[in-house]
Amino acid sequence: MERTKLVHKYLRSEKKFPHLWCPGCGDGILMGAMIRAIDRLGLDQDNVVVVSGIGCSGRLTVYVDFNTLHTTHGRALSFATGIKLANPKLTVIVVMGDGDATAIGGNHFIHTARRNIDLCAIVINNNVYGMTGGQYSPTTPMGAKSATSAFGNIERPFDICELARGSGASWVARGTVYHVPMLDNLIMSAITKKGFCMLEVAAYCHTTFGRRNKLGKPTDMMRWMRDNSVRTEAFQKLSDEERMGKMEIGVLADFDYPEYCEMYDEVIRKSGGGA
Amino acid sequence: MEKKATERKGGKIKGTSRQQPQRKAKRAAASKSDAGQIVLISGNEACVEGALAAGLGFFAGYPITPATEISEVLSTRLPAVGGKFIQMEDEIASMAAIIGASIAGLKSMTATSGPGFSLMQENIGFGIIAEAPCVVVNVMRGGPSTGLPTNPSQGDVMQARWGRHGDHRIIVLCPNSVEECYTLTIKAFNFSEKYRTPVILLMDEVVAHMREKMTLPPESNIPVINRVKPSVPPEWHIPYENTPTGVPPMAAFGDGYRYHITGLVHDQHGFPTQRQDEIKEFQSRLTNKIEKARKELIMVETEFIDDAKVAVLSYGSTSRSARRAVTMARKGGSKAGIVRLLTLWPFPVRAVQRLSEHVDAIIVPEMNQGQLVGEVERHACGRCSVVPLNRYDGAMIEPEEILHTILEVE
Repeated sequence: MERTKLVHKYLRSEKKFPHLWCPGCGDGILMGAMIRAIDRLGLDQDNVVVVSGIGCSGRLTVYVDFNTLHTTHGRALSFATGIKLANPKLTVIVVMGDGDATAIGGNHFIHTARRNIDLCAIVINNNVYGMTGGQYSPTTPMGAKSATSAFGNIERPFDICELARGSGASWVARGTVYHVPMLDNLIMSAITKKGFCMLEVAAYCHTTFGRRNKLGKPTDMMRWMRDNSVRTEAFQKLSDEERMGKMEIGVLADFDYPEYCEMYDEVIRKSGGGA
Repeated sequence: MEKKATERKGGKIKGTSRQQPQRKAKRAAASKSDAGQIVLISGNEACVEGALAAGLGFFAGYPITPATEISEVLSTRLPAVGGKFIQMEDEIASMAAIIGASIAGLKSMTATSGPGFSLMQENIGFGIIAEAPCVVVNVMRGGPSTGLPTNPSQGDVMQARWGRHGDHRIIVLCPNSVEECYTLTIKAFNFSEKYRTPVILLMDEVVAHMREKMTLPPESNIPVINRVKPSVPPEWHIPYENTPTGVPPMAAFGDGYRYHITGLVHDQHGFPTQRQDEIKEFQSRLTNKIEKARKELIMVETEFIDDAKVAVLSYGSTSRSARRAVTMARKGGSKAGIVRLLTLWPFPVRAVQRLSEHVDAIIVPEMNQGQLVGEVERHACGRCSVVPLNRYDGAMIEPEEILHTILEVE
């Protein structure tokens, strides 16, 4: 009960509710986790910016009472880069979907990671384009049916965490909408840690993906997450065979790379523009 | 004279070593305090000077000929005044980043050419609907596609007007000299701040790369407009309020006014709406805030027009050939006149209407297959003949070609 009250404190509840997410969707779970993380860190609402792209995840910015920016499809990280570099004092959180971040926004994703600018990027991965009715995305598993792959998806999926790590992100983690307390903590770390932090949140779209692939109700898809997620410490001890079909969750990469805005301060100093 | 030499050298050394541009930056920064500095610079460099004078705080761009010098010079000049320069992964990201910076409170700009301008259109549309002030410089080159990267063209007149999907108004300014690259850049910033909208500075390759003498006025002489910030307490602030001017005050993220910005059609509070009354009200406000400002936005220059029978209506570098042609024609006894558009959009409707009542013919020379001429025809309404003069072979229109047409039309 207390948790619910806390979340309500940060919602624009008198304005744009009810929300448009389907009953049973994981997007709301992520939104709650993000709010709890911000609250626990004691951040000033006025200094928190939440940026989103297009898709179901993109609507999140309408509901939360921060400085919110709902951008164009795939470009959220580039808008966020402008905001952060213009005013590094702001805490900038970017919420995207899998198609948003890795298909249309794939180029921005790898370059923002490479630049290592201090952003907290959250990618809600439900393996499908949900809002447009369930077309296959860059993270749809091979063989899965979608609105545009009736005979099974023939494209190999991205591992978003590997993509972020390979592109130079400081911090990479994967959580799920089933493991909620862990998700709260991961978001707190992603906000606190300097540099580009990428948190993949495994979610599901029961409406457009679950139904087509006979994966059952939202609760069934959650159960699958519970039964097939392995914490990274345990995952590292598994053999390749045992890893098959399992999902590694937890902090997957944690480096101390130089942060972009701090590096840029040095550029200003060298050019003689320092205060 | 000292300055003259420095600037000329500065232009040639681009990308050779790291230290030279910095020295140049320091020298240029030092010269800023002097009153009325005479310099010899290119149009691209003048654009940089204008942007800095207007208070530029953020630049994001991607290398592209013939606009690259703007990025290069700003990469050293901007941090020297505490501003931020970033080279993004493409033009889509550049446009997004400058809108982000604008929302965070900085005056921001990007510079590109045709292919990059095409990529920016999506987010220019976002800037229009979200009402984020910013300046987009497009140094035109021949197209379509990769086209003619190093040749002049005026092929983006319609892309500048209609590059985005959906109904909207846009402000497009077009300089014809190095000095005007400076003054119109400041104007572009002023218009963008005052009307909360992206403004496009449409330069052509000739204007951008040409070097001319100009006087950089002392900073205090330059009228600079800054966006109006809300003065009411945050709980009273309506971020997209339908104010009498149609331009609501704009708070920056971090100012204490928490609000929502979206590319969706939104209500006065900034939240997405599908209510027909709100949609129409919103769309009309966006249009009307520009329409109401026509008088201020439209800049047209005329010369020898009072007794003119034939008018040459032109813009950008073409207008320089037009001026030469008209003076030659006048010497030969022709009643030729000049109309030069500094503002292409909103289109100077009244000026063309009035002109069409007084002259027998309007000649419209353009370095394209005929873009703005259609608009001239539309507003001349058959009251006079409208004669296109087009060149699209990658070269400038020469004065003799225009003179020939003047004599033919007469």
